[in-house]
Amino acid sequence: MLRIEGLRVAVEGKRILDGVDLEIAAGETHAVMGPNGSGKSTLAHVLAGREGYEVEDGRITFMGEDLLAMEPEERAAAGLFLAMQYPVEIPGVSNMYFLRQAINAVRKARGEPEIAAGAFMKMLREKAKLVGVPEELLRRDLNTDFSGGEKKRNEILQLAMLEPRLAILDETDSGLDIDALKAVAGAVNGLRTPERAFLVITHYQRLLEYIVPDRVHVMVRGRIRRSGGRELALELEQRGYEQFAAEAA
Amino acid sequence: MSSTIETLKEHTTGEYKYGFMTAVDEETTPPGLDEEVIRRISARKEEPEWLTEWRLSAYRRWLSMEEPDWQKVTYPPIDYQAISYFAAPRQKERPKSLDDIDPEIRRTYEKLGIPIREQEILAGVAVDYVFDSVSVATTFKNKLAELGIIFCSISEAVRDHPDLVRKYLGSVVPPGDNFFAALNSAVFSDGSFVYVPKGVRCPMELSTYFRINAAGTGQFERTLIIADEGSYVSYLEGCTAPMRDENQLHAAVVELIALDDAEIKYSTVQNWYPGDKEGKGGIYNFVTKRGICRGRRSKISWTQVETGSAITWKYPSCILQGEDSVGEFYSVALTNNFQQADTGTKMIHIGRRTRSRIVAKGIAAGRSDSTYRGLVRIMPGATGARNHTQCDSLLIGDRCGAHTVPYIEVKNRSAKVEHEATTSKISEDQLFYCRSRGFSEEDAVALVVNGFCREVMEELPMEFAVEARKLLGISLEGSVG
Ligand SMILES: Nc1ncnc2c1ncn2[C@@H]1O[C@H](COP(=O)(O)OP(=O)(O)OP(=O)(O)O)[C@@H](O)[C@H]1O
Ligand SMILES: [Mg+2]
Repeated sequence: MLRIEGLRVAVEGKRILDGVDLEIAAGETHAVMGPNGSGKSTLAHVLAGREGYEVEDGRITFMGEDLLAMEPEERAAAGLFLAMQYPVEIPGVSNMYFLRQAINAVRKARGEPEIAAGAFMKMLREKAKLVGVPEELLRRDLNTDFSGGEKKRNEILQLAMLEPRLAILDETDSGLDIDALKAVAGAVNGLRTPERAFLVITHYQRLLEYIVPDRVHVMVRGRIRRSGGRELALELEQRGYEQFAAEAA
Repeated sequence: MSSTIETLKEHTTGEYKYGFMTAVDEETTPPGLDEEVIRRISARKEEPEWLTEWRLSAYRRWLSMEEPDWQKVTYPPIDYQAISYFAAPRQKERPKSLDDIDPEIRRTYEKLGIPIREQEILAGVAVDYVFDSVSVATTFKNKLAELGIIFCSISEAVRDHPDLVRKYLGSVVPPGDNFFAALNSAVFSDGSFVYVPKGVRCPMELSTYFRINAAGTGQFERTLIIADEGSYVSYLEGCTAPMRDENQLHAAVVELIALDDAEIKYSTVQNWYPGDKEGKGGIYNFVTKRGICRGRRSKISWTQVETGSAITWKYPSCILQGEDSVGEFYSVALTNNFQQADTGTKMIHIGRRTRSRIVAKGIAAGRSDSTYRGLVRIMPGATGARNHTQCDSLLIGDRCGAHTVPYIEVKNRSAKVEHEATTSKISEDQLFYCRSRGFSEEDAVALVVNGFCREVMEELPMEFAVEARKLLGISLEGSVG
């Protein structure tokens, strides 16, 4: 589904990603771990098509298409979703309205009809309950004055509503209390299907107890230094990233 | 939850979709202005002697006045002798019924999306159709008349209700008030007249749709609205003009009078031709709008969405004379390309416990320039008066400008005046967030801008809010990327 080959990315002349290779197949869940500043969010942003990143080398194919040639909205329509580390506030635009317009934008790009008001509301109620987003939050302005945890839950609600092929979760667990963590993990697990893939960026192996990954990758200084199974996360928790720092130097 | 984005998309091909011109046989006075021209306009409209004199005295005042230059807009000098002051479709008489209207004019309004009909989409709105210098039709007149409500063109009002017109015309905006008001008083051609009698709540929105069609003419309409004791009326105004390379002058005067316990809600969606991307052409929109809350507990509320015109210069104001009266001003001013807007309000607190609220949202894109200029004046007798002003500016790109110029004069120490102002830029983060959820860049900008303006948009009557939202999106085309 997703193939990244030799990806080199710079920001303002500074090399941040230094040769990333990663392949994710449909139905798989991959975790990326790594120290602060190692380039995890940069990778997520480049995948979603954010401006300001200079791709110096490498290739990304998504569902057989050249991802780097697509606009962010085209990537969304193709089924890519990024739950952001820092969701953005949009004052004056209600959460619910935004969601409906987003669904319709994506549907339109795919040549599908708009979602009917009734069907939308029904789906929204179900999913909101699943993720633990209260009705009141649906009517408020998008992310505006939401608590950190509320913002994260809301990202997962968007994920559940937009039903992407590949969902990237950038530190969705950071700042969540234990109940929220379980709710979010439960929602994500409910969305795992043979057609859908996940890329979960996290600092904590605890999340991976709930969302059990097929593969774990360790990113240090802009490169994936080691990949392994679920047990790699446990090892990291015990030994830290120091071992990789030497490798990277 | 209307599908704004959806509708927006449909419009993204045309830049200014109202820019067409109607081929009708129009009678236009030759360019130039002198007493003879004024007499001719007055005679053409079969006006009574007093009105002809009123016009002439305004003209004489105007001759001695200077064009204002304190506003933050620039434009080449206007040659007032090069303008034609009267243009009207040739017709023997004003059509007796809606069916007799010139098919070309009928088609014009259909193209503009406001067909001259008393049914379907406009069932809840009575419309006065002003085409260049004259009113060509007014719908639902009879139905309104049953309630004693007068809704007609000002020319008809002069003829049929001379006492009311004579009593109130110029009572809020005196002919010598300012340069453009004086000019309007001398040459005004048509506009709408509304009178709502005591205790009557007007059951439908009243609306005037202004259309400039003829070339080389100015439009000088005059609107007068009187809400008698305990009455309520909501009035809407819309406007468009063909695309032309030369600038055209629009200098209107609007006067509102609210007596005891009366309420007037006045909404404008202004979409005069703004000029092209290089700043060529467009309407000069120099307008004087003022309401007086003459009665106790009366209320006047101005809501405006200004997206058109090359230059906008207007300050819809409230004179809060009656005790406990309320003035409100809700404004969205959007400028793009080379447009300039200097707009705001004046709240003059005279009576005790008078209250006013100002919410002004300025959006500037391209190389445009947007200024909010507002005056809050608390007179010595206005004990317990209150004002709250909120002024927000949103910049799109870095070649535009937004300015806030508040004037506050407090002559009564018990008054409470609050002013808040913010300036922000539409952020890359916001745009990326929306785009990553599937919105195109233009839709993302429209979404953020609509959110920014929501407080004001919510004040608009439903039918207008949808239009206004579309308009914001269209006006922002090409402002990013
Ligand atoms: N716009 C930018 N300008 C300059 N440097 C940037 C920019 N964006 C990212 N960086 C730098 O790139 C590096 C990688 O940042 P990134 O956000 O990808 O790290 P991360 O792995 O997600 O870290 P964390 O675990 O703290 O979220 C950091 O050193 C960061 O300062
Ligand atoms: Mg990060």
